[in-house]
Amino acid sequence: MEKLFSLNHLKDKAFLITGVISTFFGLVVLAIFLANIMIEGIPRLSLDFFTSLPSRRAENAGILIPLIGTIWIMVLTSLMVIPFGVAAAVYLEEYGAKNKLASFVEINITNLAGVPSIIFGLLALELFVRFLGLGKSLMAGSLTLSLLVLPIIITSTREALKAVPRTIREASYGLGATKLQTIQMQVLPSAAGGIVTGIILAISRAIGETAPLIVIGAMLYITSPPTSPMDDFSTMPIQIFNWLSRPQKGFIVNATAGIVVLLSITFVLNGIAIYLRNRWQKQVKW
Amino acid sequence: MNRIYTEDVSVFYGDNQVLKNVSVSMENNTVTAFIGPSGCGKSTFLRLFNRMNDFIGSFHKTGLVSIDNTDIYKKDINVEDLRKKVGMVFQKPNPFPKTIYENVIYGLRLQNISDKKILDEAVETSLKRAAIWDEVKDKLTKSALELSGGQQQRLCIARTLAVKPTVILMDEPASALDPISTSKIEELIFELKKQYTIAIVTHNMQQAARVSDRTIFFYMGDMVEEGDTKMIFTNPKKELTQQYITGRFG
Repeated sequence: MEKLFSLNHLKDKAFLITGVISTFFGLVVLAIFLANIMIEGIPRLSLDFFTSLPSRRAENAGILIPLIGTIWIMVLTSLMVIPFGVAAAVYLEEYGAKNKLASFVEINITNLAGVPSIIFGLLALELFVRFLGLGKSLMAGSLTLSLLVLPIIITSTREALKAVPRTIREASYGLGATKLQTIQMQVLPSAAGGIVTGIILAISRAIGETAPLIVIGAMLYITSPPTSPMDDFSTMPIQIFNWLSRPQKGFIVNATAGIVVLLSITFVLNGIAIYLRNRWQKQVKW
Repeated sequence: MNRIYTEDVSVFYGDNQVLKNVSVSMENNTVTAFIGPSGCGKSTFLRLFNRMNDFIGSFHKTGLVSIDNTDIYKKDINVEDLRKKVGMVFQKPNPFPKTIYENVIYGLRLQNISDKKILDEAVETSLKRAAIWDEVKDKLTKSALELSGGQQQRLCIARTLAVKPTVILMDEPASALDPISTSKIEELIFELKKQYTIAIVTHNMQQAARVSDRTIFFYMGDMVEEGDTKMIFTNPKKELTQQYITGRFG
């Protein structure tokens, strides 16, 4: 009896230790990687680095063009994906009938979120670049990324809508509200925190994507920043990828500095998302 | 003429029949209590009168529900107008996460009324009628969620009154409240019946006896007995009613 007890205790300990190791393994690797990047990248950051055009000489090259490209992509993608994503989610959650077709659509949207991004790139190459004749423009890139993150926004918006309590909807209907009035005046405002969080996370995913943009041909040498949605473009991850493929050491340093900038942007976006989520959870206590 | 009556109303959720051929009537300016054990169909019955059951996909009904000589389930009925006329107070206080003022005028905003004078007046009259004006008149711009449960429920009643209904449905309006708040709600119901026709679902037998003029007893989807509250509680005709009100089951 005594022996069995201590064996069980031993198993307990063993599991605990395995758990701790598993938890920290990923974190430690990531921390080492980040530290490495920072040490190499941060000294390279200067005003010049942000305002310079590409150059054959690593010390003169900067990220002006890809940075502006990334901002364009962020804005254009948001403009396209937010209305469609939220509208689709509202339809599916509030209007769509709950039948076999609806669950089929639902499963496929979830599946879409899991499709490798390069597949979206191939689709976009055929559809936007060639068929619609958009070329390798910002427009084509933003449409591609919109497709990619649309399922994420639809899913997170639906979750936020689901979390709005039935009692609030009933109160609204009970006072003579139509469905649209209830959605506009109660459901969407109550769900806003969750919806915005989902949007920010989706956009921060979009600006980090490289593969689909490379597939549509955005890996170009560009000498001036894009000024319209139909212009050719580059983005931060593409620039980093580009620099990393050069043999010279200077470009590798540039790439690490670029990674620092890109990571900062995504961290800030994710930070805002977390802040909004916490505030929203605190505020809404029914 | 009775303002509200039903004829042979049966309600189904899918294949499950929850109300069986119920025919009752409610007189104007009275309080009618619906009593019965959980799952007897009394809440479903209450929700027939403002068509709140419509949101349940599998709901369908047969028979007639009539308010002011109109079949409220006929095709060309405007459900939103019906719900303005037939207000509802829910079991759990459910104020909107907005200011007290905005809560009261929500129903008016829905009708695109934006005249500040009309809105101000509606807020004051409704809150006074719901016996909560004195407690909130200095904090109308504060969030309704800061009020106590009992105050929230009276605010919800005020919000319903602001739309100028003629009928008020109450679904266990005091079941989530403490005894003092409960007695305030009961006093309020007593006051309100002078102007409104009220139907109230309650689990609390004493409450039914205190506030209602007429009582309808449901059991397993059947309307067992209806009559004056005094009669039902002192001298019921049916054995089942007698057993329920004396607490032998339920």
